Amino acid sequence: MAEVFVAAPDLPPPPSTTGAIGWLRENLFKGWFNSTLTLLAMAFLAYAVPPLVSWFLIDATFVGDAETCRAAGGACWSFIGAEFKLFMVGTYPNDATWRALLSGAMLVTLFVVTARHMLSPLVAAALWLLLPIPVYWLLGGGLGLEPVEESRWGGLMLTLLLAVIGVVVSVPLGVLLALGRRSRFIAIKSLSIGIIELVRGVPMITILFMATIMLPFFLPEGVELGVLHRVQIGIIIFSSAYMAEVVRGGLQGVDRSQIEAAAALGLRGWHTTVFIVLPQALRDVLPPLIGRCIALLKDTSLVIIVGLLDFLGIAKAASQDPAWLGFDAEAFVFCAAIYWALCFSLSRYGRSLERRGHGAFRD
Amino acid sequence: MKKILFPIMAAAALMAGSAWAGTLDDVKARGQLNCGVSEGVPGFSIPDSSGRWVGLDVDMCRALSSAIFNDDDKIKFVSLSSKQKILAVVTGQVDLTSRTTTWTMKRDTKEGVDFTAIVYFDGQAFMARKELGLKSATELDGATVCVTSGTTTELNLADFARANSIKFEPVVFEGKKEAVNAYKSGRCDALTTDYSQLAAFRTTFPKPDDHEILGDVISKEPLSPLVKHGDNQWKDLVTWLLVGLISAEELGVTKANVDDMKANSKNPTIQRMLGVSGDYGSYIGLEKDWLHKAIKATGNYGEIFDRNLGLGSKLKMQRGKNALWSQGGLLYVPPLR
Repeated sequence: MAEVFVAAPDLPPPPSTTGAIGWLRENLFKGWFNSTLTLLAMAFLAYAVPPLVSWFLIDATFVGDAETCRAAGGACWSFIGAEFKLFMVGTYPNDATWRALLSGAMLVTLFVVTARHMLSPLVAAALWLLLPIPVYWLLGGGLGLEPVEESRWGGLMLTLLLAVIGVVVSVPLGVLLALGRRSRFIAIKSLSIGIIELVRGVPMITILFMATIMLPFFLPEGVELGVLHRVQIGIIIFSSAYMAEVVRGGLQGVDRSQIEAAAALGLRGWHTTVFIVLPQALRDVLPPLIGRCIALLKDTSLVIIVGLLDFLGIAKAASQDPAWLGFDAEAFVFCAAIYWALCFSLSRYGRSLERRGHGAFRD
Repeated sequence: MKKILFPIMAAAALMAGSAWAGTLDDVKARGQLNCGVSEGVPGFSIPDSSGRWVGLDVDMCRALSSAIFNDDDKIKFVSLSSKQKILAVVTGQVDLTSRTTTWTMKRDTKEGVDFTAIVYFDGQAFMARKELGLKSATELDGATVCVTSGTTTELNLADFARANSIKFEPVVFEGKKEAVNAYKSGRCDALTTDYSQLAAFRTTFPKPDDHEILGDVISKEPLSPLVKHGDNQWKDLVTWLLVGLISAEELGVTKANVDDMKANSKNPTIQRMLGVSGDYGSYIGLEKDWLHKAIKATGNYGEIFDRNLGLGSKLKMQRGKNALWSQGGLLYVPPLR
């Protein structure tokens, strides 16, 4: 009887290449260089993490006054709690905070339905463009609501307001500037180039100073434009120039044949631009446009230098409250966390747009 | 930037003097006082946790608003960075700036503003540990002193040492925070910066009572509210309101007893001040009882100081130079008559 060859079963892989040990060897201790780096990194973590944890959590005070905090030695989160209203809405009147909350709720709702692609792009764009109207009415009052001066708007509310209105107005302006830059009319073309290059050539701080300090000299007598509006205009101008360059990139990316095809179908110049070129260009540049929005959101913190108490400004002011002196770090950590959350959600939205890719505009 | 701005400011100031109506008329017509304050200086102007502006500088505006409108909250507070604090007055964005501003010749003469009355005598001082038992900063010979670099603070320190022929070992830091932390950790024997800031820093120490601010003040920083140059009526009003608040302290008129004083006091000065006799309010375009309204709302200067900076506050500052002249301080105001 013939002997049947039976292959010996495979030996298990050497224990040093599988499981946790294998993973460690492969990823952390491969070669002396990686091993050294790993050990250094671990030493750094061992040095840095425990003090941070004890500051953030173990020694931290969650309930109590400044004395309790100073005695405990860790982070003073009760300071954030005590000044929470200030952080959120600044010196906005207490009996009107519901109006700020309602505006915030509208903003969040609109952001969520947009980010989840629950609306068609056109409807979403229209809603974003209309959003400033109810928000301005709610915050500023009038038509049945008690008026609240703009000098009392502050905190996170002001930051979001400056950023959202900045984006909502500067995107259309940026599109116009970008189109103007490609215009066949030399006057429009040079005007657009002039504006874009002038604004991009100076830092935002300069524009803010011009808007707050110099602009009042040039305004005709009797015209009163609050500092908030002047700053908002400054931000919009600054942002439009950058948006324009992003959009121009998209416009240049649209293939010439598209325009020729449109012409062959008998579309006029403007129709070609609005129905053929712009939709494709905007679809392509949405992610970088989102990037500009994130940058704009963070840039609004510069308004502190012209005395507006935005989120960061109010955090600085709050940490100067005689009752809570010396807790600047907590204020800044809190600010950083909120800014991060805002920017990260925007950035996730940008990613989701990229993933949807070409479908984004085809609903 | 400054070089370009001055001619414009000067031109604006000139136009303002001739073309615009008086600030008081504007304020009355508007029904509101526009008051420039800081973005947050503890004890002077800062929003409290409910968002209400408080502080010594703020109370000066509240007193003014009370004197004009009999309401201490008919004010639009405009927070100004230190770069804006003068321009905002010149351009008319605010009616007055009440924001820890030092009265200097250049500002008063070249920048289109007028100062009113000194509401706080600040100046560079020293803080040291109490256990050293120091009486005066001149005893700090050979001591290490924490100071911020490149500021007049550093120069003042050197001048003070030379004038008193003593030697310091300055330990120089880029920022105030670093200097304070270094002092806190025992790196220096003393810390020097403006008195009002030392008091604020001291409250952040674990045991504030272990540190004392020495009496020597080695630089002059008289802080005064400022108004637009050229509107004398408005400047008079602001000045005399501040004078009135200080006079009220001299005469013992307080928030609590002002009604009683008005009804019963036989002192002719108090009668004039509270509008019982004479019509001094009309001299500055206000009603007879202008000062009565102001004191009723904010109290006299001493009460304002105590509430915001002094023992009634977290900052626990001594009156020091800001006491009445009759009590060893510098507050000496012209008579209300």
